[in-house]
Amino acid sequence: MSAFRSRGPARAAQYAALLANLVFLAFPFLWLVSTAFKPATELGSLHPTWIPEAPTLDNFRQAFAEQPLLRAAGNSLLAALAAALVAVVVATPLAYVLARHRSRLTAAATGWVVVSQAFPFVLLIIPLFLVLKNLHLVDSLPGLVLVYVVWSLPFALWMLTGYVRAVPAELEEAAAVDGAGRLRTLVSVTAPLLAPGLVATALFAFVTAWNEFFFALVLLKTPEKQTLPVVLTHFIGAEGVADLGPLAAAAFLATLPSLLVFAVIQRRITGGMQAGAVKS
Amino acid sequence: MASVVTAPKRSADRTTPGRTRGGPGRDHGAWFLVLPALLPILVLSVGPLLHGIALAFTDAQSGRTQTTRWIGTLNFRDLLHDTLFWESFRIGLLWAVGVTVPQFLLALGLALLLNQDLRLRRLARALAIVPWAMPEVVVGIMWRLVYNPDAGILNETLRDLGLGDGRAWLSGLGTALPAVIVVGVWAGMPQTTVALLAGVQNTPRELHEAAALDGAGAWRRFRTVTWPALRPVALAITALNFIWNLNSFALVYVLTNGGPGGRTRLPMLFAYEEAFRYGQFGYAAAMGCVLVAVVSVLLALFLVGRLKGEQDR
Repeated sequence: MSAFRSRGPARAAQYAALLANLVFLAFPFLWLVSTAFKPATELGSLHPTWIPEAPTLDNFRQAFAEQPLLRAAGNSLLAALAAALVAVVVATPLAYVLARHRSRLTAAATGWVVVSQAFPFVLLIIPLFLVLKNLHLVDSLPGLVLVYVVWSLPFALWMLTGYVRAVPAELEEAAAVDGAGRLRTLVSVTAPLLAPGLVATALFAFVTAWNEFFFALVLLKTPEKQTLPVVLTHFIGAEGVADLGPLAAAAFLATLPSLLVFAVIQRRITGGMQAGAVKS
Repeated sequence: MASVVTAPKRSADRTTPGRTRGGPGRDHGAWFLVLPALLPILVLSVGPLLHGIALAFTDAQSGRTQTTRWIGTLNFRDLLHDTLFWESFRIGLLWAVGVTVPQFLLALGLALLLNQDLRLRRLARALAIVPWAMPEVVVGIMWRLVYNPDAGILNETLRDLGLGDGRAWLSGLGTALPAVIVVGVWAGMPQTTVALLAGVQNTPRELHEAAALDGAGAWRRFRTVTWPALRPVALAITALNFIWNLNSFALVYVLTNGGPGGRTRLPMLFAYEEAFRYGQFGYAAAMGCVLVAVVSVLLALFLVGRLKGEQDR
């Protein structure tokens, strides 16, 4: 790019635009953090400030007292971990086949990925609800995990297929020539090279499940089983009047795991998507 | 999705003798690998989708002991006269277009900026995907705090700037939909930006430099070099965004729950209430089918139009 580096005013305009974009993206989150640490008196004031004048942890204490946040976080963690693990275990072999062989199966899988994106959740959730009911899995975390696995499969497949393609098939062929069996080749040659991709995909599936709301809302009725996003909405009363401080505090805490995971896989997500795009 | 969707098909490969010569074990191995993913997909995705479409032609209700019956197209005929549904549908389209278009323009701008070697680029890239990491429910809660009439930063900023006292954004009849649309744009920025950035980085740098040497201005370089390379990605992400937005639920559920007076009742919220508050499974499924049908037609028109535009040039 340096060959045609823009001159002064243009550059300044670029910085201004970038700054405007970043402010738009960042300010709501900063406001959430600010609200979370404000005492009740400041929240009631007509002139709220960006930086709390007397920062406090009261909101966090109150949030934990008002709603069973820890239990909900535990449920979310369990569901998300299980969903991520199962999704990767199930998707990796298929992704491998899709990446290495091209067949009618590839076309069918591609078609399914596209179609599954276009269908509204209602069409999916009603029959799923009926299926899970027959299996006695409505209102249970295992049922929710099943739904999450299926729900995250398209994206997991897409990411993993890209990662498998990035592992040169020649390496596997060389191993085969050296007399390694198929399984052995997969375990000792492909798997190590694929490991970072597997981790990234698992983390992505984890965040997807951790953040998910609609299916959890429909499927989990018993308060003890509900996940964090569902419990968060309980802070907003039926009339829409919310206790702002604890609400902000709980919302802030609920975001931390996802943010941490994203910080770890940030480069892989953008990189993976780019690899995917370039490969096509 | 790009790599899967546009992957060149060499469909004959695996069935040709050359490939299978490796022995029957190879194919069995492949099936063994495919099965673990195929089963859940068939049972919990393909099956339910077909079942869902079938339900639209029945009088299925939740918690009913009688067997459900086929009722032909009765649900669809009822829908035709359901003014509430069409109002919700209209709002859904307004929302989907209102979110998708600004989202694309903003994200394109951001992607082009992130592709420049500006200072802070790394930080900006990291920040740009933060909304992606947040649970939708939290995004909704967060913006409720921003829009809060008294304690919200938006009204406070307006007051500081002397632009009046602000208003109750989310409960005002006229402001509710625009307010939630802004949130929709915000929430979908990262995916769009990342996809477009990938597309921008895909443009051949030599062409850029050559065009610059020829004295082409920034706009002409964008139009003649960047845009042609970016076009497929832009089309794909716009189409996906449109679908996602039309199907979105959690954001608006948390922000307004469809209010005030149904002004933000997206089709998904409507169908959700129909199915899980009133238990009308069949009717809700019919709504889903109508949505799919309309989305498919709109997308087909959009994509055909765009592709034609490409050929004409």
